[in-house]
Amino acid sequence: MTTHVPGDALVSLNAVNKHYGQLHVLKDINLQVRKGEVVVVIGPSGSGKSTLCRAINRLETIEGGTISIDGKVLPEEGKELAQLRADVGMVFQSFNLFAHKTILENVTLGPIKVKGVPKATADKDAMALLERVGVGHQAPKLPAQLSGGQQQRVAIARALAMKPKVMLFDEPTSALDPEMINEVLDVMIQLAKEGMTMIVVTHEMGFARKAADRVVFMADGQIVEDATPEEFFTNPKSDRAKDFLSKLLTH
Amino acid sequence: MDVILENLPLYWNGFLRTLFLSAVSGVIALVLGTLLAAARVSPVAALRGFSTVYVEVLRNTPLTIAFFFAAIVLPRLGVKFEQFEVAAIIALSTYTAAFIAEAVRSGVNSVPVGQAEAARSIGMNFGQVLNLIILPQALRTVVPPLINILIALVKNSSVAGAFFVLELFGYGRQLANANGDAVIPVLLGVAFFYLLLTVPLGILASTVERKVAIAR
Repeated sequence: MTTHVPGDALVSLNAVNKHYGQLHVLKDINLQVRKGEVVVVIGPSGSGKSTLCRAINRLETIEGGTISIDGKVLPEEGKELAQLRADVGMVFQSFNLFAHKTILENVTLGPIKVKGVPKATADKDAMALLERVGVGHQAPKLPAQLSGGQQQRVAIARALAMKPKVMLFDEPTSALDPEMINEVLDVMIQLAKEGMTMIVVTHEMGFARKAADRVVFMADGQIVEDATPEEFFTNPKSDRAKDFLSKLLTH
Repeated sequence: MDVILENLPLYWNGFLRTLFLSAVSGVIALVLGTLLAAARVSPVAALRGFSTVYVEVLRNTPLTIAFFFAAIVLPRLGVKFEQFEVAAIIALSTYTAAFIAEAVRSGVNSVPVGQAEAARSIGMNFGQVLNLIILPQALRTVVPPLINILIALVKNSSVAGAFFVLELFGYGRQLANANGDAVIPVLLGVAFFYLLLTVPLGILASTVERKVAIAR
């Protein structure tokens, strides 16, 4: 548990709805995340948690309701949306590092091209970030030359380089070999301790217990529970959550 | 064989004109084709529609129709030009652009969608995503098919010979008419000069293909 005091709602979802054809994948989602809060979203696969995460920076469009970041409602496709996205860091399950750019360029591209930061400054900041996530010595390499865990840490550095107000993590450790999961989680825990606002979709219950301020449990496109990790793991209220947790604990 | 050696300057002249026609049309077609491909994947429905119709019409009609259009219909619509070369360049580049657009589009589709999502999520706009992330990766896979299209362009430029543009094939036809007893050597000579253009392109294609493969 972190000790910082959360402020106003930084990310706010109100009555958000989305369908994939017949499938109602997000049903009247309401979620407020305050500044400095770490919210972990868990739930069975197909529950809509990834879609929720992707909707927050409009990689998925929504059909009803509103999503706002720091008081501003997500605009339609265009210049304003690009500006808003720069304030929202995103880390993907499959890393998605730019395959034709070096590790350093992956981190500096956003600041240089989107924010107009001079190259020398961007390089210096990027090196500091890469050192911070423990891959500084990999800077001149191409993404394919790094392990999955290293790539994901670079992806975190790339998102941080934009100095985002909030970081979204969409199953950041699901594509990793077991021995690489901790190196990524350690970086995320450190980030949480430093007060970054984070929304994390994950299956890592250890991370949820350790770093989350709140656990949001989703099933069938709905938020079923929204509680502190302590409450959720020791005393889940819904049958759906009890069922989900019992399945986890049997392994 | 004497007929080739005696008319070497004529062959050479035709070769240079074919090279000129192909190079100019090729450059215009590359630019136009890439713009059409960008329009095809853009978020603006009208651009997508225009690009689709353009590509389908040009790709599915014979090149001669494009030539007739450029040489005969355009002047009637008030677009006048001094030389037929201009008409030939318009026909060749607009026709070839359709094929280039398709090749670039398939290259764009070969880049994993996560690359674009990552670029968008750090705040890049559509143009930046395309120019900095997608096209540099797409062009690498697109180079071999593009060179195939350029080889076809070099050969297609011979159609210009039928429209009073004197290029390699046009001179070849003149020579064949003038030397009725040596038609076969004349045509072999024409073929040789075409090969002089197209074979190096083919070699270039396989070299580039080996060099630019990117690791994922």
